Amino acid sequence: MSESEVLRLSGVCKVYNPGTPQESEVLHGIDLALARGELTALIGPSGSGKSTLLNIIGLLDTPSAGELYLQGRPTRELDDAERTRLRNRAIGFVFQFHHLIPAFNVLDNVLMPLMIRHGKPAADDIERARGLLAEVGLEGFSAKRATELSGGQQQRVAIARALVTRPALLLADEPTGNLDTRTAETIFELFRRFNVRFGCAVLVVTHDPRLAAGCPRTVELVDGRIVRDGAGIG
Amino acid sequence: MSVAGALWLEWKIALRFLLDNYLQTLLILVGITVGAAVIVFITALITGLQRNVIERTLGTQAHIRILPPDEVNRVLPPPPGSVALDLESPRAQRLRSISNWQDVRDLLDAEPDIVAVSPLASGPALGRSGVARSSIALLGIDPVRYQRVVPVADHLIAGRFGIGAGHAVIGRKLAEDLGLSVDDKLRLDAGEGREAVVDVSGIFELGVLELDMRYVYLDLKQAQTLLDLPGAVTVIDTKVGSIFRAEDIARRLARLTGLKTESWMETNGQLLNALRSQTLTTQMIRIFVGLSVAFGIASVLAVSVVQRTREIGILRAMGCPRGQILRVFLLQGGLLGLLGSGVGGALAWLLVQAFNRYGARLFEIGVDPALIPTAMAVATLTGVLAAAVPARRAARYDPAVAIRYV
Repeated sequence: MSESEVLRLSGVCKVYNPGTPQESEVLHGIDLALARGELTALIGPSGSGKSTLLNIIGLLDTPSAGELYLQGRPTRELDDAERTRLRNRAIGFVFQFHHLIPAFNVLDNVLMPLMIRHGKPAADDIERARGLLAEVGLEGFSAKRATELSGGQQQRVAIARALVTRPALLLADEPTGNLDTRTAETIFELFRRFNVRFGCAVLVVTHDPRLAAGCPRTVELVDGRIVRDGAGIG
Repeated sequence: MSVAGALWLEWKIALRFLLDNYLQTLLILVGITVGAAVIVFITALITGLQRNVIERTLGTQAHIRILPPDEVNRVLPPPPGSVALDLESPRAQRLRSISNWQDVRDLLDAEPDIVAVSPLASGPALGRSGVARSSIALLGIDPVRYQRVVPVADHLIAGRFGIGAGHAVIGRKLAEDLGLSVDDKLRLDAGEGREAVVDVSGIFELGVLELDMRYVYLDLKQAQTLLDLPGAVTVIDTKVGSIFRAEDIARRLARLTGLKTESWMETNGQLLNALRSQTLTTQMIRIFVGLSVAFGIASVLAVSVVQRTREIGILRAMGCPRGQILRVFLLQGGLLGLLGSGVGGALAWLLVQAFNRYGARLFEIGVDPALIPTAMAVATLTGVLAAAVPARRAARYDPAVAIRYV
């Protein structure tokens, strides 16, 4: 296991409804490693298990078998509280539908993971959040309500939020799925930029072949198995 | 993570959630306000009413009366092996003295539960003035001691509270019936030729017709002479510190002295029963209003938890622990209870003022200074408890599922 390894999956399986007639195995022995600074696209048809895999990697779900090492640390035996803490410390999420909290303004949304971690944000937390907002081109939007923003703007806020904790791993689930082509490109450009800037491992689940083509590494999942893992397709 | 630092975010989220859904929040707040106002107002009203009724009732009577034991027939036990069939006529209860009443008085004076002791010689007589006659009750008293039990002097409407040789204080109705005013002469006839003529020194009105029509207060010695009970008293009136313990104290005194005791709770059984039923009714109203407020809070929060499923999912994905989600919703319940009961308490206070100013003025209601803070504390706790079920549900959401909820 190398120093630069952020994530390693070894023989991860996921079975839903085990022991019942509805039993279905969604993932079959997934082996996968992501290194620091790696930008990887996860592609595959609907129902191939992408979302399940992403949930497991994001510690939102547990594998039925196999082990997931996050920064070299095994995670299968962790309880909910420890997994929750680890999500806050090590993982940033960007979802397809932005998923900002509409009751809060833009700055509070970006600060949320830090506020969850230690309550009232310190001056340098606020500075960092404002800096990230500036980098995604949304300076001056701090006080706006999340609902007042366009889809692309909301997604940029979500990216700033995911990065405010400087996570080792950034997970994005169809981050451009809901956006027009030009906006999608801007968003993807941000992923590339932050991937280089912060050196975090980025895993992007996408349907968009052009987006996948832009990633140095592509992993293709079919029927719960990795069928291809290599340089960008295109 | 410090506790204060952690709770900071719970407060922030709870307040934002409440403000964000301001219409929902406002509606439930109105509900809690009305409920709290009803509870506070009805409590103040009933407390005031009962205090007033008890003050009026006990203002004119002793809390515990101590009397000589009843005279009973003593039946000889039948010889062994035989059965006696008795036909018993109860004994007539003649006017009798309490034996060793000075000792009993001193004993009662030393009792910590008893705040005033007044021995009386009382019995029936006729009052006459010219051709008018009226049946009366003679009460021979020690004015200083009796005044501590029933403050007759405070109820005088004419003259002075002058009890002494040849002077009497009589009730308003008796004075009217016999056409007497202050300084007029009243002839007292206690039967068997025992008569006396006294000057009316004062006229009182206790507000109880029976007393205002019958009572004639005399000097103890003069009453003893008229009733043919030299040196004796027929009853000892007492006042206790805590009125609702009167029954217990009376029972204890009966055992202690071997005499018969009557507490106000026994002689006013119906009143006490009415007061108890009233208290019970008030309690029921409070419980049911409280319950409906609690269910109101619970249902609003249950709806809110469903509405915010996705946000809860996002918070959990970002590393928000279950406890934090739980506390966000418990806080909302507590805040709703606190705010609603604060406004409701203020509203009830205004209602009480309006009642005192514009009401029928039969009696004045006071608001116990502890009532509103207590109501607010109970309402806050109720809010937190009502929030428990929805809050637990929110905390148990699976973030992976919740986040995809639409």
